[in-house]
Amino acid sequence: MSTAIIDSAATSARIAHRSLLGDIASVWTRETLTILRDPFSLIFSLVQPLVFLGLFGPLLAGVAGDGLGFGSTLQFFLPGVVVMITMFGTSMTGANLQFEIMTGAFERILATPLSRPALLMGRALKELTPLVIQAVIITLVAVPFGFDLFPAHIVVGLLILGVFGVGVGALSYALAIATRKNEWAFWAVQQSLLFPLLILSGMMLPLETGPDWMQALSKANPLTYIVDAERVLFSGTFDDSAVVYGFIAAIVTAAVGLWVGVRTVTKTVL
Amino acid sequence: MIHTHQLTRTFESGKETVEAVRGIDLDVAEGELVAFLGPNGAGKSTTLRMLTSLLPPTSGTATVAGIDVTADPAGVRGRIGYIGQKDGAGHNYRVWDELLMQGRFYGLDKKRAAERAEELLGTLDLDGMQMRKVSTLSGGQKRRLDIALGLIHEPALLFLDEPSTGMDPQNRANLWDHILRLRKEFGTTIVLTTHYLEEADTMAERVVVIDHGQIIADDTADALKAEQAGDRITVTVNAEDLPTTREVVAQAGTEVEEAPVDGGTAVSFRVDAGPVALPGVLHALGDKGVAVKAATLKQPTLDDVFLNLTGRSLREGAEA
Repeated sequence: MSTAIIDSAATSARIAHRSLLGDIASVWTRETLTILRDPFSLIFSLVQPLVFLGLFGPLLAGVAGDGLGFGSTLQFFLPGVVVMITMFGTSMTGANLQFEIMTGAFERILATPLSRPALLMGRALKELTPLVIQAVIITLVAVPFGFDLFPAHIVVGLLILGVFGVGVGALSYALAIATRKNEWAFWAVQQSLLFPLLILSGMMLPLETGPDWMQALSKANPLTYIVDAERVLFSGTFDDSAVVYGFIAAIVTAAVGLWVGVRTVTKTVL
Repeated sequence: MIHTHQLTRTFESGKETVEAVRGIDLDVAEGELVAFLGPNGAGKSTTLRMLTSLLPPTSGTATVAGIDVTADPAGVRGRIGYIGQKDGAGHNYRVWDELLMQGRFYGLDKKRAAERAEELLGTLDLDGMQMRKVSTLSGGQKRRLDIALGLIHEPALLFLDEPSTGMDPQNRANLWDHILRLRKEFGTTIVLTTHYLEEADTMAERVVVIDHGQIIADDTADALKAEQAGDRITVTVNAEDLPTTREVVAQAGTEVEEAPVDGGTAVSFRVDAGPVALPGVLHALGDKGVAVKAATLKQPTLDDVFLNLTGRSLREGAEA
């Protein structure tokens, strides 16, 4: 009996010392282990952006024509591709959660004392780990082809993408939980949102030549401001309002995403 | 360890309100081994999910390990272990990583988590599985890993939701060995749900029968069987011996029933302690010159208890 009392006192002490940051770090570590234990997935995820840069880039250079070399096309196109891989990675991340809901691992984790927001934030932050590595490698690969490198600017650019990515990741988790009973619904919603958002952000082709309605829509698309900010930053400029707008768009997305996500996690009965 | 008062949970399904759990009052003392028995959809799992704070009650209260589930759900979760119906370990993870991270989730430091992981791998016959990917484990190994995950923080109270569903008899027996040893060594209080009659009968000391969201019986398996069904002796006799048999039987037991069978009549009746009563009854009949052609003793199962309580068989319910 006396040991039982001591045990429960020790348990209370442990619980009292929990912190949100510690919880986020624990969740992040668990998720990141999948990458560490299976680095091939990371290598494979580099193929897609490189294909885009290598095959789509020259075409874009051809369309732009006159004097624009491959190097300056890269300067325009590469930040867009970095945004694209962020969007792909973070918007698909809900599928991992859906898998863990299906197998039961998520329920087991829900039964631990981890705080609910930490479950979501740790997972969303995990998507940024490979992203940073991908972005750095893609950028370095582009340098020999005439891409001008501005390391400090790229760091700021990745920070914006990081904040934005947490928001998109959290929304993806909310979607995964909402569609947990039919997997295809997750992909249907994710795919039908992803491509319009990407195209309407001017990520692939500049929207200046597009019709008015497209330009109007792009103004309402938070991704547009992210893409603009990344382009300005990757070309070595801090002093531009686009950077500020980019940060605002990223913070708003993260706030909305986390609010929706945490609400979904706490309100849903699995 | 557990105290509930009028614990209730309803679900909204379209316009309908489904009452999954209707006013459960339950007390579980430290060190008890309790099985919630009932058909699928009876409210067993919903009750368990409320006790583990995974599901907030619609009304009523529950105190688990000294903590109110509604006021401090995280506090409850930190003090109990929960092993759900599905695989707790992530399929894409390594066994060691999952155990270590589970320790971190419960607030253990790295050193302590590693010690516990090592201990549990040994206890649960998972030595050498450290670097294996969870998806490559067999069903029995996965289940034992789930138990290890549920025990990483040495909870004094452990909940298991349908722990042996889908397991073959050998793995089920093996799982029970582990559960019973845990209890013997650490005095862990264990609450589990099951729809396997034999499991509740042989393993649990206390059986809580749940049906339609309510507790309809709560006692040891033996007491439930004695109270709700009782042992039945059946003797088959010729027609000319029937009147004498009726006399003897009327003294020996109750709830007498007669049914014609090949070569006579089967007279069955309820007695308190069948194995003890049977020789006496046969002697008494023999003394009075009755030629007993056949005699059987049937001891009740928990299914008879359930049948008696609800008018339905649990077996049919379980298969449905």
